[in-house]
Amino acid sequence: MAALHDLTLMEVHRLLERREVSPVDVTDSSLRRIDDVEKRMGAFISVDGDLALKTAGSLEQDGTGEASPLAGIPMQIKDSICTMDLPTTCASRMLEQFRPGYDATAVEKLSSRGAILLGKGNMDEFAMGSSTETSAFHPTHNPWDMERVPGGSSGGGAAAVAAGEAYYALGSDTGGSIRQPASLCGVVGLRPTYGLVSRYGLIAFASSLDQIGPITRDVADCALVLSAIAGKDSRDSTSIATPEGDYISGLSQDVRGLRLGVPREYFVDGLDSGVGEAVREAIGVLEGLGGRVEEVSLPTTPHALACYYILALSECSANLARYDGAKFGYSHQEASTMWEGVEKTRQYGFGEEVKRRIMLGTYALSAGYYDAYYLKAQKVRTLIREEFDRVFEECDAIVTPTAPTTAFRLGERSDDPVQMYLGDIFTVPASVAGIPAISVPCGFSRGLPVGMQIVGPSLSEQTLLNIAYAYEQVTNWHTQRPPL
Amino acid sequence: MCRIGVTEDDLESLQEKLSQVLDLFRSLDEVDTSDTPPSDHSGSLESVMRSDEASDSAPREAMLANAPATQNELIRVMAVLEG
Repeated sequence: MAALHDLTLMEVHRLLERREVSPVDVTDSSLRRIDDVEKRMGAFISVDGDLALKTAGSLEQDGTGEASPLAGIPMQIKDSICTMDLPTTCASRMLEQFRPGYDATAVEKLSSRGAILLGKGNMDEFAMGSSTETSAFHPTHNPWDMERVPGGSSGGGAAAVAAGEAYYALGSDTGGSIRQPASLCGVVGLRPTYGLVSRYGLIAFASSLDQIGPITRDVADCALVLSAIAGKDSRDSTSIATPEGDYISGLSQDVRGLRLGVPREYFVDGLDSGVGEAVREAIGVLEGLGGRVEEVSLPTTPHALACYYILALSECSANLARYDGAKFGYSHQEASTMWEGVEKTRQYGFGEEVKRRIMLGTYALSAGYYDAYYLKAQKVRTLIREEFDRVFEECDAIVTPTAPTTAFRLGERSDDPVQMYLGDIFTVPASVAGIPAISVPCGFSRGLPVGMQIVGPSLSEQTLLNIAYAYEQVTNWHTQRPPL
Repeated sequence: MCRIGVTEDDLESLQEKLSQVLDLFRSLDEVDTSDTPPSDHSGSLESVMRSDEASDSAPREAMLANAPATQNELIRVMAVLEG
């Protein structure tokens, strides 16, 4: 039998249901796994074993939340998502000592179902990065090759789930921060429709793009976690009512007749040949299952990257203006004037990538440049949305590679921001359009995992999960575990 | 404008990296948007009103505990007005 830490959330739930193991056994097993591998992985910013065991113990005593399949199962929360009981640092010196004093809505929803919080996931500082290398604390390693990055910014979550340290993780996705690390680590990651999951308690990077979503070992687990966290929240006025509510009972492996678009702009120069091959093979599998595959075109795709970065950096410059050292966070106290204090606080509190992004965003929003950059990007955003709308008149979903390459080496792209941004080229279009997308493992290229991205119209999560689930039933990529 | 202190030593590398990204930004010039209206959001959002009901706020102690400096249960900041 596979080790307890190698099972899926659903498999552990069945063991718990039959009382073959207890929540304390499962939590203990996760903590032992963390003890064994975390020094090499660096997937967590904080781990609170005592708190996790206490939660597991009280679940055993009063049986709280036993009705939920999430009860008694250990997970990790990205450190950009507020937790009452653990510090929330956003991987920044700026928030190193920050204790929010409340749970994000998504965390509250998991806790009320008896989920067990192991600790907080490593990430790029303020979720700004695609490799988890900009974390102010330490990098995270890819469990498939320790010399390589796990992707980012939710790299800690994807690495922890792949390495068996947590059964699932909550990440946040602004331009691909759930899907790209899921792809690079060989796990499942879903970015929900904008508004499907409340952003209350998610530390803001770019508010019109940020979304919380699950990182799991397989598609059924993803459906389970999404069912738990989705729904309207009065504390986030951009949240929307969940049409489904329960994505697990609707899970079907029948994709016969579904129209699957393959956009030609995603299979271009710069796409690693091994990645292209794996994804084309996966599309062939979907066709074999009865999907009707057709080539489509989304001509503005090559411009989505610039559009995304202008919007995201502009929004970040406004959102991060709050870190002035007055009310919370790092504060440079040795200053002779208030403004000097603010400048020094931001100089020492933020890392290089965050500072560059704030400067660029401030520039793009400034008088004289606003029309050329921000307004232009908003117009391109309209074009991208309209193109997706047109394609979805003909197709139920589109299928693409999640990232142009497999995991790259630590340090390889650190000196060239644009090279780093290019890793997001296939994930940013869905972000800009606010539509859902899932990444599922679909093979390996030179020993490293490859992800296939399935993108659908607004609120098509059930369709995306079904396509991914159908694919998973006839392949075994999702059952592969890294040799650690 | 963005109130971030920078040292002379960092300027050169900063300039180079900022120019790389600005080149990426400028690539949007190639897109024809003459007849396209801007979207400020990804979805069709409607404005919402919150009902005027009192509810609990965040606990005072937890919020003050995060403040860099406090005095008499208030957050202490440097003088905002000079003179």
